[in-house]
Amino acid sequence: MQLVKDGKIATDIFARVADDAEIPADGAVLISAARFLENPDILSTRSGPTGIIWPNNRDVEDLVPHLDRLAVVALVFPTFRDGRAYSQARLLRERYGYRGELRATGQVLRDQFVFMLRAGFSAFEVKKDNDAAAFLATVKRYSVFYQPTGDGKVTALHQRMLLRHSESATL
Amino acid sequence: MYAYDELDRTLINERVSEFRDQVKRRLSGELTEDEFKMLRLQNGVYLQLHAYMFRVAIPYGTLSSNQLRRLAHVARRYDRGYGHFTTRQNIQFNWIKLAELPDALADLAEVGIHAMQTSGNNTRNVTSDQWAGVAPGEIEDPRIWSELLRQYTTLHPEFSFLPRKFKFAITASDHDRAAIKVHDIGLRLLKNAEGETGFEVLVGGGLGRTPFIGKTIKPFVHGHDLLSYVEAILRVYNQYGRRDNIYKARIKILVHELGIEKFAKEVEEEWHQMRDSALTLDDAAVEEIRSRFSYPVYENLPAMPDELKKAAHDPDFEAWRKNSVAPHKEPGYAIVTLSLKPIGGAPGDATAEQMDGVADLADKYSFGEVRVGHEQNLALPHVAKRDLPALWRALDKFGLATPNVNLITDIIACPGLDYCSLANARSIPIAQEITRRFANHDTANLIGRLHINISGCINACGHHHVGHIGILGVEKNGEEVYQITIGGRADENAELGSLIGPAVRYPDVADVIEDIVEAYLALRARPDELFMDTVKRLGVEPFRERVYATR
Repeated sequence: MQLVKDGKIATDIFARVADDAEIPADGAVLISAARFLENPDILSTRSGPTGIIWPNNRDVEDLVPHLDRLAVVALVFPTFRDGRAYSQARLLRERYGYRGELRATGQVLRDQFVFMLRAGFSAFEVKKDNDAAAFLATVKRYSVFYQPTGDGKVTALHQRMLLRHSESATL
Repeated sequence: MYAYDELDRTLINERVSEFRDQVKRRLSGELTEDEFKMLRLQNGVYLQLHAYMFRVAIPYGTLSSNQLRRLAHVARRYDRGYGHFTTRQNIQFNWIKLAELPDALADLAEVGIHAMQTSGNNTRNVTSDQWAGVAPGEIEDPRIWSELLRQYTTLHPEFSFLPRKFKFAITASDHDRAAIKVHDIGLRLLKNAEGETGFEVLVGGGLGRTPFIGKTIKPFVHGHDLLSYVEAILRVYNQYGRRDNIYKARIKILVHELGIEKFAKEVEEEWHQMRDSALTLDDAAVEEIRSRFSYPVYENLPAMPDELKKAAHDPDFEAWRKNSVAPHKEPGYAIVTLSLKPIGGAPGDATAEQMDGVADLADKYSFGEVRVGHEQNLALPHVAKRDLPALWRALDKFGLATPNVNLITDIIACPGLDYCSLANARSIPIAQEITRRFANHDTANLIGRLHINISGCINACGHHHVGHIGILGVEKNGEEVYQITIGGRADENAELGSLIGPAVRYPDVADVIEDIVEAYLALRARPDELFMDTVKRLGVEPFRERVYATR
């Protein structure tokens, strides 16, 4: 497994803390949703950055009051066939305005990178090293997008209308 | 016809190169079969009994003659010289080699055809009325909206890994030829009091193991809001649809378990949070898509030309015309259905020669346009009435003038156990035997409109639940047996058929169908009381008695 962040293979500074282990007072950690919900104040009492691993069957609305204090929201793909975290990611980015690191975890494979980026993910725990190495080449595969999402890509429909507008302006 | 522009072409070429890379990684072993399976399914590639099967989308059933020629080329170059038109406006090739698939896709991409999302747990080919744009009385051409939905659903970043497959169908006519009530989302185009276009939205229809007729979730969604409303439905489904059991994963089960009111409320709440988003279609956006559709320039031609009057003396022509030729919105023109159901043939199959032949005839007689319907027949949508006799003679040479459209031998059938790895029983030989029993045109004509649908397993690709007579093959103690239903229909009055009794053995199916038909002929109140109406009036009982009295 390798972490890809900002398009590059990166060192993961976040340590995963098991549910039965003590949460260190400093340093960057990732804790489970269950652990977090027991004591949401942990975000303000720790000195280091805290991220949370949020399961794909729990409403992300529960996270909204805490978003500006979260360093990472890690969403989960138990298998790549389970697409619930795509909806969670878009809601976090587009509806709730989350701007921190949004991490894809679980079975994260090359052929999902484009979808994940478009849904708002910014970091990827990539299962296979080959896939991680191919990240940049893979995400350049597509230059045309039919749907508007929060990633700001201009859709095909809007490109056409812009083109039409500029054509009629020059006539 | 919708014409691809540079953006559409770029996107499908990018998809082809992505798939080429995926196939390469599979062949090198870098991808496991489990990982590759979903990727190939998202591109219409199934592993069947004998080989890979390749399903190509024909969005909303519209093809240009050049596109049809290219399908013929794929059949010839990469397959065994024929293709199979399905009940969802797709075509399937049954003998394709994995290593050659990227080339076949590249050849298709050159004419603007793709196989994206023709299988897998995502939004499938958007289907519509095969008479869209030409049917008299149609409110407006539903293909504009079909194309908007095609683009919206293609490679959707949020909805490419849904709990299960998801199918859209759209109609804009009172008579529903698109079977919208048995789709995950059915859309009926209508106008509001201000004359603005919108849709009655139905949700949760579907066949398969647990059939449901779709329910109206919202009586009117403005066209401007179509995509945002659809996105709200898909988002609710993506989050709450069941993923623990493949047989309970379709949206119809979620709608059934929550109830339509509760489901509608969830969707409404979601929609209100995002209805004013970038998904809103203004008139200019709709016009942009509309402008990419081209329409024939019709001549002002007589509704009853001399050629037609003369040909009316030929009983063979008349037999064909009565079943195959339908009224067109222009009085001098007609819509012609081409039967892919020859007596003794496999329903929906067409050879490469037939496809090329139809493409040439489309150029000559139908402004280069061909349609594909869910009944597994083709149509030429703009034929001048004066050309009908010449067209008929030309079609006959290709074996495409069987005068049985909508008759008992116009059977809808899935490929069944002859090809499909999911099937429990054969479908094609059952269809072939039934067509032989009713090969006499006068008999078939006397019986009148009667749709038989055959599925080789519970997945119901042959839509047996909505056949006037439905035949479902199942396996029992290692033997193929068939459950027979009657009284189903797929149109605006869609209903699921009722079982007439215990399943029957393979060799008995055609006899049972003959018994049902004989019972109908004896029971019908008048010669023009259709089978459906007799079943509705009398129920299943007299048919059950007839079939099982001596069995």
